[in-house]
Amino acid sequence: MEDAVRSGKPVLLQGNEAMVEGALAAGCRFFAGYPITPATEISEAMSVKLPAVGGTFIQMEDEIASLGAVIGASLAGAKAMTATSGPGFSLMQENIGFACVAEVPCVIVNVMRGGPSTGLPTRPSQGDVMQARWGTHGEHPVIVLSVSTTWECFDVTVKAFNLSEKYRTPVIILSDEVVAHTREKVQLPHPQEIEVIDRIKPNMPPEWYIPYEDNARGVPPMGVFGDGYRYHVTGLIHDVRGFPTERPDEIQAFLNRLHRKIYQNYFDIVFIEEEFTEDAELLVISYGSVARSAKRAVREARKRGVKAGMVKLITLWPFPRQFLEPYLRKVRAVLVPEMNFGQVAREVKRINQGMTRVEKLNRIDGQLITPSEILTRLLKM
Amino acid sequence: MGAAAEALKDFKGFSMKNLPREEPLSPGHRACQGCAEILSLRLALKAIGKNVIVASATGCMEIVTTPYPQTAWRVPWIHVAFENAAAVISGVEAAYKAMTRKGKMEKKDVVFVAYGGDGGTADIGLQALSGALERGHNFVYLCLDNEAYMNTGIQRSSATPYGAMTTTSPPGKKSIGQATWKKNVPAIAAAHDIPYVATASPAYPIDLMNKAKKASLVPGPAYVHIFCACPTGWRHDSSIAIEVARMAVATNVFPLYEVIDGQWKLSRKNPKPKPVKEYLKLQRRFRHLTDAEIAKIQQRVNKEWKTLLARCGELEELEKFGEIEQNL
Repeated sequence: MEDAVRSGKPVLLQGNEAMVEGALAAGCRFFAGYPITPATEISEAMSVKLPAVGGTFIQMEDEIASLGAVIGASLAGAKAMTATSGPGFSLMQENIGFACVAEVPCVIVNVMRGGPSTGLPTRPSQGDVMQARWGTHGEHPVIVLSVSTTWECFDVTVKAFNLSEKYRTPVIILSDEVVAHTREKVQLPHPQEIEVIDRIKPNMPPEWYIPYEDNARGVPPMGVFGDGYRYHVTGLIHDVRGFPTERPDEIQAFLNRLHRKIYQNYFDIVFIEEEFTEDAELLVISYGSVARSAKRAVREARKRGVKAGMVKLITLWPFPRQFLEPYLRKVRAVLVPEMNFGQVAREVKRINQGMTRVEKLNRIDGQLITPSEILTRLLKM
Repeated sequence: MGAAAEALKDFKGFSMKNLPREEPLSPGHRACQGCAEILSLRLALKAIGKNVIVASATGCMEIVTTPYPQTAWRVPWIHVAFENAAAVISGVEAAYKAMTRKGKMEKKDVVFVAYGGDGGTADIGLQALSGALERGHNFVYLCLDNEAYMNTGIQRSSATPYGAMTTTSPPGKKSIGQATWKKNVPAIAAAHDIPYVATASPAYPIDLMNKAKKASLVPGPAYVHIFCACPTGWRHDSSIAIEVARMAVATNVFPLYEVIDGQWKLSRKNPKPKPVKEYLKLQRRFRHLTDAEIAKIQQRVNKEWKTLLARCGELEELEKFGEIEQNL
């Protein structure tokens, strides 16, 4: 276990443990968390593994403080992460908004459980998709990734850190109870094979540094506390020097850049996985643990002569519209199975604009959607 | 005489002969074998009586008393989020006061009780607790302190004692286990200048019941901090939970006292304190501690005990303790 990443041998890992390995491989050296089922294992593993690589693990007094500490650590130059579940994720919302506006890179894992409120602590759900997008107030861009296998827990966590460092933005990973607690064999890559991206630091003389000045990427270089580059951090809307402003031209320019830095890099941020899509007449769009059932169902359907295909969404926000539209134009019908009342299905319907028929398959009873449920539905469509 | 002392002057106290028969918290719940937390909660409610409304923070006691479709509660009970038991009971109390004042509800001297574990009190719930104490609602807050987040599987809290092993304070080459000292929440509560604060232990059940009852009798907020041995989390045999709780008092690790109207009063003098090692060695969460670390803990316990004696005005005791301190 200790050298799972380095050994190159297959290891048996839980989704939560794979996330820890992914975070460490991506250079995460700070974790602040608070116990909550079903995300606690991430804290537990971090409390053992981070000190061993010279990192810091802190258990905070609640989730508000957890994300607060993560933001502070990131400003001080460390790659930082926190992990939680539904109720804790709700508490974090204000700080997520702060991280968006102050452009602080950080990774937030939400292992989804049944909600609302204390809900179903030990059961899976996908009820936080819209909260991840719109949970914090105000118009803001956000990157949300989802995981469906233990390997993805590793891989997507690395990606999440890279995106957050690249675009100076909080990145949310949505896992769920099933993915988090499923143990699978995975072969983790050699550290040298893993692409790790670090934030761009200012290289001009400190007195020339304008901390929030626009550039082609829309992402200004980020000074670290204490390295001589003066800058002002605030949750207020600020000008290029970081000081609060109420000038309409500056407000507009700032919010435009905040959104532009995400949307102009759309194709770098959006990941999907396709299977049997070339000649598909029926398309299943799924994500998270449901994608595993969908995969099985689509394969079974193919065996029975039904031309089914599937798209697994890894990036949920920004929504993979440009990847899905071509399919919506050509398939006979789309099925969106998910463990909520249809949060992604609604989004698919929104971009569909009458091109094809979109059907939902929902479960909100704390149980996983089984392959046979999806298959039965596919055969009827 | 302060308001609390005035309210308590007729209270005679419980004895083994006049224990109330009622059980607001019924048997048949699903607590672990040897759980001292459920025992403490049961005793406290037995003392307070059935004319009570209870708000429960998320935690072990919420889970084990209410597995669907059953409940162990024979009184009005509400489960709220992790952090806001004190805030919710504030609302219940304020509404009750308004309704009775307007004559829309009969006044029945209802006792309002909120309880939470050490995490729900000392960590995430501290803000709500402090707010409720400051506003002066007439309610009783019970902190059921088992010194870690047991419900999610033994993670450290700020009430976890120094050196203890938990899953997020694992001992090893670079770590001693829990690296900070236990947060003194009763002192924080007392600093709000509320009428009644007490510490209690299920090893002294009559004392615990008396304190719970007194807390319910005083006008305004009252805070009772109960030391609840947890065999599952502390890694000791489930048959010795009470012994462990008693040893915590005998070694001065968890002294029993009351603060009435700001007056500190020791509940049990301890002329012959035992060395803390005897308390620590009962539990496997402390088994990695070296003698040097234990000496450090002993020193801290001595210091806190002396502070407490001074606060309680027990100057004679303080002098005597100064003589035997070196032998511990």
